[in-house]
Amino acid sequence: MRVSMTVNGKAVSGEVEPRTLLVEFLRNQLGLTGTHVGCDTSQCGCCVVHVDGVSVKSCTMLAVQADGASVTTIEGLAQGGKLHPLQQAFHEHHGLQCGFCTPGMIMSAADLLQRNPDPTEHEVREWLEGNLCRCTGYHNIVKAILAAAQTMRGMAKAAE
Amino acid sequence: MYAFDYHRPTSLAEAAQLLAGNPEAKLLAGGQTYIPTLKQRLAKPSAVIDLGRIAELRGITEEAGGLTIGAMTRHAEVAGSPLVKRVIPALAALAEGIGDPQVRNRGTLGGSIANNDPAADYPAAVLGLGATVRTSKGRAIAADDFFTGMFETALEPDEIVTAVHFPKPEKAAYAKFPNPASRYAIVGVFLAKTAGGVRVAVTGAAPCVFRATALEQALAQSWSAASIDGVTIDASNLNSDIHAQADYRAHLIKVMAKRALAAAG
Repeated sequence: MRVSMTVNGKAVSGEVEPRTLLVEFLRNQLGLTGTHVGCDTSQCGCCVVHVDGVSVKSCTMLAVQADGASVTTIEGLAQGGKLHPLQQAFHEHHGLQCGFCTPGMIMSAADLLQRNPDPTEHEVREWLEGNLCRCTGYHNIVKAILAAAQTMRGMAKAAE
Repeated sequence: MYAFDYHRPTSLAEAAQLLAGNPEAKLLAGGQTYIPTLKQRLAKPSAVIDLGRIAELRGITEEAGGLTIGAMTRHAEVAGSPLVKRVIPALAALAEGIGDPQVRNRGTLGGSIANNDPAADYPAAVLGLGATVRTSKGRAIAADDFFTGMFETALEPDEIVTAVHFPKPEKAAYAKFPNPASRYAIVGVFLAKTAGGVRVAVTGAAPCVFRATALEQALAQSWSAASIDGVTIDASNLNSDIHAQADYRAHLIKVMAKRALAAAG
């Protein structure tokens, strides 16, 4: 089947089998390997991308289901060569160790911050329910997300 | 995943026709259970009929004082709906606690109840509120008749859930003790004071969601924690597994019922 979608602002299309997962299409056909596959059971959240503005597990969605949709992956977050505030904050607060879960963590956090620009630490931890990290124990990840939220609130205010 | 044909109908009539003509086909709603099932090769459908583009199956409306929610309405939509929060806040709170944010962005009401996982949250709300399940065959199935067993419902093989109508309760709340890894309910209790009496639905504890009639009778006499304390829960039909023994689940039913009671007010 032919699928067409917008990925990180660019129109793309390709031939897929109905059973092709969205993450397989992104990684294997588009070469966007920033989206990771950490499990085969829809639990780890390494593959989180945004489809039509909300975070989803791209390993638990068929590519054909995303036909016509607008998809944003980790590669689409940085604008004009400048890291997204979440990416910058993960760097500054050492929000990763091996980095495998990081794309999913950041895409999930980006969805949280668009709904709730000023989350509490508890709300961040609750929101990360679907993202597993097996290195750092989440502490610096939560710190990074709270710091990015603060930066983004400042940017929003400056833009007013 | 085994190979399958894929159909993407844009109307309920078209979906029903595809399903009727293809006995080995399966419906795809939010896919948060079914796609993992396919990935594990636990299912081998001839075709997958994706309900995701059928606009008539989505949406939340106020009807007869209660709520009618389309089968393809996502958990996140129910959780975030100002209408649901106003009319049946317990339902919004239940939806907010399903799985994780990404599951809630895809998973649907119709998918959850048609699958009837023994530990799913929505069946407790449908049964606890005495809701009515509407189908593609024009049937309106009372919740008491809908959930018939483990992963089994009163749906015919070629019948599609279209919407669920929830009457507005006087009071209601849901409390669950989630498995820390999966967030599925080890025990979840939905408690409601309705025009037709007190209803207590329990999920996670047994092979299928059920009404705890002893708790209902006690709470009908007196809507208080003391009434719950006075009830003995029969553990003989409850699940024992790696997560919890039957007697522990029986204990949790009363604990969750008391938490729900406190939340319902």
